Amino acid sequence: MNEDLIVHGAEWTIKELFVYPNEFIYWSIQIVMYPYMTGLVAGAFVLSSLYHVFGQKDLKEIAQFSLVFSLALLPVAALPLLLHLQQPLRAMEPLLTPHFTSAIAAFGMVFTVYGLIVVSEIWFVYRVYFVHQCEALKGAPGFWNAQRRIVYRILTLGAKDVSDDAVRVDHKAAKILAGVGIPVACFLHGYAGFIFGSVKANALWMSPLMPVIFIMSAVVSGIALCMLTYIVIMEYQAFRLRRKGGAMEAGETKGAEIDIISKATRYLLGFLVAAISLELLDLIFRGYTAMKSWDILRSVMYGKDFVNIFVLQYTLGNLVPFVLLLLPGRTIKRTVLALLLVLFGVFMMRWNVVIGGQAFSLSFSGYMHYHIPIIPHSLETFKEGLFGAVTVIATPFLLFWFINKFVPSLRRNIGET
Amino acid sequence: MSCSRRDFLKESVGAAFVSSLPLSAFVVLTTEEAIAAVAESTVRWGYLVDTTKCTGCGMCVKACKNENEIPYDAPVTRTWVERYVVTKDGQTHVDSPNGGRDGFTSGNIREEEIDPDTIDKAFFVPKLCNQCENPACVQVCPVGATYQTEDGVVLVDRDWCIGCGYCIMACPYGVRFFHPDHKVADKCNFCYHRITKGMMPACVESCAFGARRLANLRDPDDPVTRIIKTERVAVLKDEYGTKPHVFYLGLDNNVR
Repeated sequence: MNEDLIVHGAEWTIKELFVYPNEFIYWSIQIVMYPYMTGLVAGAFVLSSLYHVFGQKDLKEIAQFSLVFSLALLPVAALPLLLHLQQPLRAMEPLLTPHFTSAIAAFGMVFTVYGLIVVSEIWFVYRVYFVHQCEALKGAPGFWNAQRRIVYRILTLGAKDVSDDAVRVDHKAAKILAGVGIPVACFLHGYAGFIFGSVKANALWMSPLMPVIFIMSAVVSGIALCMLTYIVIMEYQAFRLRRKGGAMEAGETKGAEIDIISKATRYLLGFLVAAISLELLDLIFRGYTAMKSWDILRSVMYGKDFVNIFVLQYTLGNLVPFVLLLLPGRTIKRTVLALLLVLFGVFMMRWNVVIGGQAFSLSFSGYMHYHIPIIPHSLETFKEGLFGAVTVIATPFLLFWFINKFVPSLRRNIGET
Repeated sequence: MSCSRRDFLKESVGAAFVSSLPLSAFVVLTTEEAIAAVAESTVRWGYLVDTTKCTGCGMCVKACKNENEIPYDAPVTRTWVERYVVTKDGQTHVDSPNGGRDGFTSGNIREEEIDPDTIDKAFFVPKLCNQCENPACVQVCPVGATYQTEDGVVLVDRDWCIGCGYCIMACPYGVRFFHPDHKVADKCNFCYHRITKGMMPACVESCAFGARRLANLRDPDDPVTRIIKTERVAVLKDEYGTKPHVFYLGLDNNVR
């Protein structure tokens, strides 16, 4: 078979028993990454809103960080979709000729609206800081300082009023945007759940619970990632300071604060319980009603995917971190381990939905196994292989590093709201 | 004339909106076009598969691949033939090697040898796109690249498909795939380029046994339509509510 004769999916699909000729694992690792990254975005935003809207004061620090981090995550929610398209150059067509009976037609619009909300909220939160930076950098020596000042001048958008009244308006606007952002964030992700839940041809996906399950697990993963990144960065800063001594401002030396972690953990556990309950309800319901598809579903869930679903997802990804977080005498190290497991568990949930949903044939008489391409030998095996997924995971951290240069979300007492 | 910044912005948005309306929205139709646009088509294509006549020779699959330029050796096909072997122990063995393209020359099903004495019944079932009345694939296409014609056939616009694969996921019959050359969704369209010129689809033309036949369901005098209307026919997977328009004579309970 020559290079351009490659059938999409044939590369990584192993068929077993009777599978229709055209069936392959068409939606591979990037479609696992899509709901995973979208979920992280939505979760990060919800965590930041807990402070901005509901006034959870002890979450303030992590809220600032989560908000900026959700901006860094945002472009990466669309990246997997782009990498997965067979015609990536036509990616703008859903915006040009949206066909609204399709669940994915409005993705670009919801995504854009959400992006605008996040960007505007950050702007209102950090506007005063931008103005102050403009002032502070005025006449500062050096080429880079001049460049920085230009960036900050652009970032202020010409709004340089820092009077009490103006700041009050900023706060109000940020609060309203955070409030509007919660339903939009949930919509963005519930929508990802709907894309799967509404595929009537797929026995595993089709469930009205799918969007809700997706939202709950999204918040779980988003909170976990924000907590984890926050802990790692704060501990690293404290560590660096202990070694070098005194180079940073006094406020930045404390490391991660256990109060913030405790509070965020409580929310994490709440959403985790909700997510697991819904998933188990879905599973029990399928078993109890035992529709035509149940035979093959059961053989996949309790047989072929048993390790993926019950060992890796439910036990290692849900139960173990649940216990780790609840046991008394919680330390930062144990929290980090639990958070890593939570993130892994949510990833496995996405994997088990997306790949598990294609693990059986539409004929209900055969199976398909997904072998993720590790070493890429073509663009396709790169995009839809391990390295494509790693690219997607790494991008938000690079973006965050860059954004954080101008919008310092980790310094205390900046961006008061 | 004075113009505040606010007014200027307002006017600009209005102007941008008006200028973004495509001119084609205002095209004036001729009388014939207008009648064609509102009148119901006199054609609704349907298809009849007589499973009792199919011998599994695979000529239809060969003909389809050649006619529709689906790479011959690629493991995807617009139509295929399934073999069902039901043994006395109640087991159903199904296979479709290469989509049945090369016929079924071995008595084995996936290396499994089946003793002819243990067989209760065995038969072939050709499959193709069902050109559903309520097609799930058309519903889920985010850009409208796949659409239903007036005569009931579902087509794919190769210049507009973005290759997201949602239609492939949505089809309960597994008839869709990505074309290996064009990198867009592809599927059977009853050889639309032929049937709209009065010819038969390649698979119908190539079937020596009359197992595959095309029907105009809106023509009561069409002999195939009369068979569909007067005899006991069945469709595949009607539980999905897609209202398939490929009808089967002699469809067995075991067919997936």
